[in-house]
Amino acid sequence: MIIVAPSLEIAVLVLGVLVLLFETFADQIDKRTFAFTAMLGLAVVLVASFFLSPSPTEPADAGFWSFYTADPLAIFFKRFALVTTILVLAMMVDYAPVVRNSIHAAAPQSGLGEFFALPIFTCAGLMWMASAIDFVMIFVSLEMVTISFYVLVAFMRRNSGSLEAGVKYLILSALSTGFLVYGITWIFGVTGETNLARVSAALVNPAVETGPALFGMLLVLVALGFKIAAVPFQIWVPDVYQGAPTPVTAYLSVGSKAAGFVVLLRVLQPFLVMPQMGRLLVLVALGTLIYGNLAALPQTNLKRLLAYSSIAHAGYLLIGVVCLAGEAVVFYLVAYLLMTLLSFAVLVAVAKQTGENIEDFNGLAKRSPFLAFAMLIAMASLAGLPFTAGFLGKFYIFNAAIARQQTMLIVVGVITVTCGFYYYFKVVRAMYWEAPAGDDAVPVSGVSRVAMIAMMTGIIFLGIYPQPIVNSLRPTAAVVGSTR
Amino acid sequence: MTLLFVVLFPLAAAVAILLGAPARKTALWGAGATLGATLLLYFGFETDQPGYQMVTSFPVSADWKINFTLGVDGLSLMLLLLTALVTFAAVWFTGEIAEHRNAFYACLLFIGAGAMGAFASLDLFFFYAFHELALIPTFLLIGIWGTGNRQLAAWKITIYLATGSFILLLGLIMLYRAVPEAARSFDFRVMQKSAVLIPASAQGNIFLVLLVGFGILVSLFPFHTWAPEAYASAPAPAAMLHAGVLKKFGLYGLLRLALPLLPAGAQQYNTLLIYLLLGNIIYVGLVTIAQKRLDWMLGYSSVMHMGYIFLGIASGTMLGTTGAAVLIFAHGISIALLFALAGEIRQRTGTLVLEDLGGLGKLMPRAGLAFGLAAFASIGLPGFANFAGEVMVLFGTFRNGANPERFRIYQIATVLGLWGIVISAVYMLRAYRTVFMGALGESLGAVTDVRRSLRVPIGLLVAITIWFGFFPQSFVRMVTPTFKSYFASKQ
Repeated sequence: MIIVAPSLEIAVLVLGVLVLLFETFADQIDKRTFAFTAMLGLAVVLVASFFLSPSPTEPADAGFWSFYTADPLAIFFKRFALVTTILVLAMMVDYAPVVRNSIHAAAPQSGLGEFFALPIFTCAGLMWMASAIDFVMIFVSLEMVTISFYVLVAFMRRNSGSLEAGVKYLILSALSTGFLVYGITWIFGVTGETNLARVSAALVNPAVETGPALFGMLLVLVALGFKIAAVPFQIWVPDVYQGAPTPVTAYLSVGSKAAGFVVLLRVLQPFLVMPQMGRLLVLVALGTLIYGNLAALPQTNLKRLLAYSSIAHAGYLLIGVVCLAGEAVVFYLVAYLLMTLLSFAVLVAVAKQTGENIEDFNGLAKRSPFLAFAMLIAMASLAGLPFTAGFLGKFYIFNAAIARQQTMLIVVGVITVTCGFYYYFKVVRAMYWEAPAGDDAVPVSGVSRVAMIAMMTGIIFLGIYPQPIVNSLRPTAAVVGSTR
Repeated sequence: MTLLFVVLFPLAAAVAILLGAPARKTALWGAGATLGATLLLYFGFETDQPGYQMVTSFPVSADWKINFTLGVDGLSLMLLLLTALVTFAAVWFTGEIAEHRNAFYACLLFIGAGAMGAFASLDLFFFYAFHELALIPTFLLIGIWGTGNRQLAAWKITIYLATGSFILLLGLIMLYRAVPEAARSFDFRVMQKSAVLIPASAQGNIFLVLLVGFGILVSLFPFHTWAPEAYASAPAPAAMLHAGVLKKFGLYGLLRLALPLLPAGAQQYNTLLIYLLLGNIIYVGLVTIAQKRLDWMLGYSSVMHMGYIFLGIASGTMLGTTGAAVLIFAHGISIALLFALAGEIRQRTGTLVLEDLGGLGKLMPRAGLAFGLAAFASIGLPGFANFAGEVMVLFGTFRNGANPERFRIYQIATVLGLWGIVISAVYMLRAYRTVFMGALGESLGAVTDVRRSLRVPIGLLVAITIWFGFFPQSFVRMVTPTFKSYFASKQ
């Protein structure tokens, strides 16, 4: 069987179009069928990704392979995007009643079909993005992702919070896109290239002025900083995360952020030879760590807390980027995927019954021990307790920081990790210490239960046995650098 | 393989309880099986053999060089024995739990399993990870079932321990990275061999980070404020396990890693350590005298006695270090006994304010006897295991560079340390007098003695302290081969 890399994205796109088409004509059936179909389709693509025929490893000078790569890092993140989307779709099925209530449409199920179809297109965009090694390609795939998010964030059109989030996301995202294009033009103007490898080669050439190229890179960093929610481009995060439909928030905080980091790893490659870049990134990482963690401390709304926590984790990931520890960054992202999606999945289930505040989790251990335990695992992993994937992620990030002797980052890291324990354990406290308001158990659908169990298993399994992730990344070490 | 079971029994029991097995029965069986297996280890252990015995290893990550390796030498076996004993006693001691019965027992067993795993691991990664396993159970135990200002206490201990652990993690990574890449390993045995490659100039910083990290976990002055509060608020079995066993992890870490691997660093910061531990002995000792509640007093006293163990670690002599190891065991048993009895008194009388108590000796003669013996042991009176440990620590410290013409820091520390014994006699005996002697407290009505079933764990702990008070040599012989290798290069 021969499957070449781009056919995965094409398959996902076709799947999305098919779901949309069928949705238009089949208005009698249960719309959730489309979500299950999409999950099944994406799972098939996921399986197919393990049977890829090898593609050229060296980027070609021209043609398709000059802006598209299928190196292990790219393949890995395609799978990452697929898994994320499948889990988000599972969450969306649970969330469907909320969407229905806040649309107030004529037909009982209208709107749901698009809600399930849009993530498929986002997924295709994320997959392209993982393979992009040319600025033009990066720009196009980034836009594909962002535009589908515009719609998803503002999906609950009768809910003012969702609309507000949509407008904020639209304006700021458009602005950051402007920065990206402007930055790319500067880099292109200086080097005459858009391909990352050739930009890199051009920069080494002493005849090329590095000043303007650095300025261009700075502008690109602004745009990517927006995507990964790094300080000072993080202001949009809490409001948008809180307002958007919860599964979309989860998707934003995992899919969008991971893609941002992959692009960051690739784009920074040519520029990290310059010391100014390293210093700047250290500053950004410090700011992100401090802001995310300190601002998370007083939060009482869990969704908002998770928004700040996602900023905080961007800080830890940036430590890995600064220290050129590509492997550590990738592992951290995998851990981050599992623990963030798990906490959002529990949030969706609980919020349907009571609400999104931490108070609404009071006594969850009594009402639904399973959900409380799932949340406990997620929080333990986010805080970084051993035997969870989150701990190993932090372990390797700080291992790299010590190897590079980034004392400042380490000292700040001690403070922020402690903050993390406080705000994550606040949730644990609510679930286990406090008395519940009512006794009724929180209903969980079968799909969510299976997804949650899978994520819990994943967190603990990777926390004890990280080898599978390391293995699947093996040949990438050369691409993104290794500090072991 | 027995070693693997020692770690797995409490874990398996905890998981079974969480899944709905009958709580008390399963917990007792689990803890009992652990104790039995540890005794098997103890009798199968070849005392005179240096190095680690009964090593089992499972690869976890080849690329990151992590292996799940278990093995014991005399020092770790002693701590395993302590853990198994105290866990068993703590589980037995647990009385009626009003709510979340299963969770309570599971939390206790998780703490026990964490300590077991940490002491049995020969791999840096698991050594650290197992200790952290106890963090959430502690948070829950104090937060849900605690008394007094439990919420504050639970937050305080969690944040302190999380910070300490993270600093420790950084120190351990620094230690791991201190040798050239080819020699790097998480395996204690390899680390010990390649320790000579660590440049003396780098040792100071690493030792300091490790000292702060481990120090926070052991409540070294001035990082001690979490301990009394947490122990006062924790339910008795949790306080027993934490003060008796888990806190010893930091001391074990210093003895196992910091001293042998970083001799130059230890040298460099010894003076600082002595100043800090005198803070434990003198300052915290005086604070203990001022306490008005029995549980707070016991909490502070446990902080104070850490000073003696630190003194043994800082003594720089074989005798003092051996004394520290013996004292770790002795203190673990005596403080567990004291917390157990204090918990029992709280349950019967409803108060632990010293003023309100009195004359309990008539109503609770057995508790009085046991408390008296434990108090004597804790002071360090001859005939108890604590005495053996303290004598070795003090003599060992005094001997370091002893010169009759001029006392230096070690001799002065010994003198002040002896004063500390007087201080602990003051508060312990005073507490005993107020609680058990004199006129019966006004609010105390019909108070009954210790339940018949609890006489087993109490008797067990008392018997062990007395036995090792007279025959400490069985432990001394166990740990000697380990410490000999530490001091071989010096002498």
